Amino acid sequence: MNKVLAIGNEVVVEAAIDAGASMFCGYPITPSTEILAGWAKRADVDKDLVFLQTEDEIAAGFATIGGILAGKKAWTASAGPGNILMQDSLAMAEAMRIPIVTYIAQRGGPSTGTVIFSQQELFLTAHGGNGEGMRIVYSPGNLQELYDYTFKAFDAAWRYRFPTFILSDGYLGKTFGEVIYHKGKTIDAKPMLQDKERIEKGEYVNIRNCYSLEDELAEVLNKDIEDFHKMSPKIVEYEELYCGDAELIVFAHGSVAEAVKAAVSMAREQKMKVGLFRPITLRPLPKEAMIKAVRKAKKIMVIEAAHGQFAKLVRDALFGATQAEYYSYFKPAEGIVPEEALEKIQEVL
Amino acid sequence: MSVPSCYKKETKPAKFCPGCGHSIVLKMLGQAIDELGIQKDAVFSIDIGCSLLAWDFYDVDTVQTHHGRTTPVAVGIKRGNPKSVVIAYTGDGGAYAIGLQSLLHSALRQENVTVITVNNTLYAMTGGQAAPTTMPHEVTDSTPNGDFTLESPLMGPELVSQIGNGDLYIARGSVSNPMTLKKYIKKAITHQMEGKGFSFVEALSICPTNWKTDAKGSFEFLKTMEEVYKLGEINRDGTS
Ligand SMILES: Cc1ncc(C[n+]2csc(CCOP(=O)(O)OP(=O)(O)O)c2C)c(N)n1
Ligand code: SF4
Repeated sequence: MNKVLAIGNEVVVEAAIDAGASMFCGYPITPSTEILAGWAKRADVDKDLVFLQTEDEIAAGFATIGGILAGKKAWTASAGPGNILMQDSLAMAEAMRIPIVTYIAQRGGPSTGTVIFSQQELFLTAHGGNGEGMRIVYSPGNLQELYDYTFKAFDAAWRYRFPTFILSDGYLGKTFGEVIYHKGKTIDAKPMLQDKERIEKGEYVNIRNCYSLEDELAEVLNKDIEDFHKMSPKIVEYEELYCGDAELIVFAHGSVAEAVKAAVSMAREQKMKVGLFRPITLRPLPKEAMIKAVRKAKKIMVIEAAHGQFAKLVRDALFGATQAEYYSYFKPAEGIVPEEALEKIQEVL
Repeated sequence: MSVPSCYKKETKPAKFCPGCGHSIVLKMLGQAIDELGIQKDAVFSIDIGCSLLAWDFYDVDTVQTHHGRTTPVAVGIKRGNPKSVVIAYTGDGGAYAIGLQSLLHSALRQENVTVITVNNTLYAMTGGQAAPTTMPHEVTDSTPNGDFTLESPLMGPELVSQIGNGDLYIARGSVSNPMTLKKYIKKAITHQMEGKGFSFVEALSICPTNWKTDAKGSFEFLKTMEEVYKLGEINRDGTS
């Protein structure tokens, strides 16, 4: 355990190294560039760390996959338009059960947009491929969680072999504060190609993601979906605040949830019966816990820095499980401060 | 020509059309793998295109990737495991259209991998549309009557030869002369094994299905190609 003062982007690099990451391929894009540059500086000192700045994000994603196939705990980081380009490789990783970790610093969009506040890359990150979105998405809210969930992302990815994401933003990446580095146990990476033990037995692998028969693909896909559902209860995480007796339950995630947390505490001081439900895994979503949380609520409200992406997930999870009135406060690609969240809570209650 | 011992026997005969040039290139690569004794160390990384039909062609660790992306995957594998001998296999569409950026930058960075590109002047897998290698006035599925073709097609190896510090191994062979093609492939792989950096071989190949040619017509077509695309090892100044 080691308590330090650090900035978000440094914390992410530290967590990756603590989790055993040994290779990074990327392409600079604000606000995730510091991760690439931070890794380069570490790799310059520690020759066991592989670093590759590629020609674009498409190549970054595919070279990362190459590293993972070769047995490295390889990862990448990107944002906005780079996240779009990376979907090509991420879809391949999803199809081949390649445990890639990707840090996404969401940008305001569409297009080039802005670089500080945004929760608009939720759909892209969770479902950006031509598939079913068999992906794990963590949404950390503060510096400590940035460390904890980056660390966890590597564990989850290599344990369950689904592409795993840390969905963050420029604000969190630039946040400066106290963090505890508490390196835990990590799972080892094994090569999918050139596993010498296997080859010495005369066994070779031929890995593919292209099928000529529909039923061949269906078999693979159904197994992946089944594995994903089996994994889900073990992996879902959430935070609840004052949900027990709340008349109004606010749903929020990531750094927006931090602001809502402060607002809910202020509202409670004013004796307002409000609670916060904050999924930490956005995929898979802690659906059962969400349903349980709203059982007694008369109203629910979704607050996010996007125009209803998270709200769609929430409504889908709660469909048929509640009669509560529904409210929303959407500020696509803008920051949300505790005072305005409190105002919205007061309006609704 | 003996059957390479690294062939995966249970997948033969392979899935290519009868008379396909891919079969000849892959046979030469198989023999090269045998002769260099690298079956256990080789990684074969294939593109989408008719090359995907080779996903289970060899008893060699193999990964099939996305269209145009086999070069960056190969680069990542080599960076992750420098002891492996990484051979990327792609069509001319995969190498020169959708994947050109990665091909050039891998040469520029002197990535220590070998890329083999099969030039059949068109996109065979999707039914024969024009590629950057389609010859002037060539009729393809997307150049009816030979219209819409380029005045001069892309010269991949010559282009790559202009990149980087010059210490690249680059050659263009043809399935009309398999032994010379094999020699180039072996030299390219040896270049990698000696840690000298990027190596690239283009193989002029035959696609009777999309050319709509019989055996004789195919070799006549190949002859025309050999007039457009100069065979040989290619130096930095573009000379052979
Ligand atoms: C991203 C993407 N775009 C398009 C395709 C469709 N596609 C499959 S193969 C191919 C072209 C293949 O041509 P080439 O690379 O020359 O190989 P050949 O089939 O001639 O051996 C295309 C365009 C694809 N699979 N992926
Ligand atoms: S379509 Fe052409 S390139 Fe593809 S397998 Fe058939 S002959 Fe070979």
